[in-house]
Amino acid sequence: MWAGLVLASALTAGGALAQGLPEPLPALPGDPVRGRAIVEDRQTGLCLLCHSGPFPDVPFQGDLGPDLTGVGARLDPAELRLRMVDSRAINGDTIMPPYFSRDGLNRVGDRWTGETILDAQQIEDVIAFLATLTQEESE
Amino acid sequence: MKRGGVAALAVLLTGPAQADERRSGFDYMGPETQLMQTDDMANPGMLAVQAGMRLWQETAGDAERSCESCHGDAEKSMRGVAARYPAYDATAQSAVDVAGRVNLCRTRHQGAEPLPQEDADLLALVSLIGLQSRGLPVMPDPDPQMSQWRSRGADLFDRRMGQLNLSCAQCHDDNAGGHLGSAPIPQAHPTGYPIYRLEWQEMGSLQRRLRGCLSGVRSDPWPYGSDAYVAIEAYLMQRAAGMPMETPAVRP
Repeated sequence: MWAGLVLASALTAGGALAQGLPEPLPALPGDPVRGRAIVEDRQTGLCLLCHSGPFPDVPFQGDLGPDLTGVGARLDPAELRLRMVDSRAINGDTIMPPYFSRDGLNRVGDRWTGETILDAQQIEDVIAFLATLTQEESE
Repeated sequence: MKRGGVAALAVLLTGPAQADERRSGFDYMGPETQLMQTDDMANPGMLAVQAGMRLWQETAGDAERSCESCHGDAEKSMRGVAARYPAYDATAQSAVDVAGRVNLCRTRHQGAEPLPQEDADLLALVSLIGLQSRGLPVMPDPDPQMSQWRSRGADLFDRRMGQLNLSCAQCHDDNAGGHLGSAPIPQAHPTGYPIYRLEWQEMGSLQRRLRGCLSGVRSDPWPYGSDAYVAIEAYLMQRAAGMPMETPAVRP
């Protein structure tokens, strides 16, 4: 519900697509250590199924989404938040799953009905971690 | 320069649409897995075929008839059959895949119970029948009733589903050749079913494979035998028309 409201405001701000969600989700400030664990975990974040990045200890990273190397330099937290909450706001055809929106979903399995992929705290944790990825080259 | 001219001429003669960009899942596999498929002595699917040959000759049901009683030698009578399935069955007023056809034979002609989906005996018979099309081009059933099945399959293929909100097409059309984790995403040409899948360590049908993706996007798979699977199968086989059948294929 909340995600739908902030998304609607992002979509209408200034009559054009806002590029970010500056307001943090209702959660404690993001913890980059927990955020890294979520990103690297294949069952929780699922991130590295599609993205690769500066994670030398994680095998089998995907190549369907942009490389996360330097993403914290390319995007600010508000931009990261919008892409995490519902990337369809940027690109209606995106393959990025909506991590904090249940809008317009179809045939969601019973196990996941009514749930978002991550909760507000997890989103803020991941944003806090991604913001630390400011090096353009992995060492 | 000269080569460019020849290439341009080739394009003029054949048109760019003639270039076949379609690739079997076989092409995305490593050489060891490819060899496991192409060497009949190494292909675990050939064990299912052998079981199928035995079952072909066994009587079943109240009619005490075997497949062979009516169809004779499978190598002759079943040649090319799997390459045109799913096919329309006028009596059932439904498209049926090869497994569905076997079960219709059981109930209509053998007086036997249908075999459950993914039953080893059913997969064995379907593998035997599929082998008789190996190397032949996919030739979809021309029955006009099939077009509505294919169009329903196309709708389902393009529809986003599940908590991850992904359609089949977003991975298998738009991102074929990319990698989900380490796994290459193939183009969804179901030319080798039933397959021996290393991940399963056994034979399985296209319906089982589709269920895997549905669970993967966090949707609920349709029940086995649902029309939705047959519709998708019919659509995919239309897209694969002309590609060689590979049954029994091996896949990672």
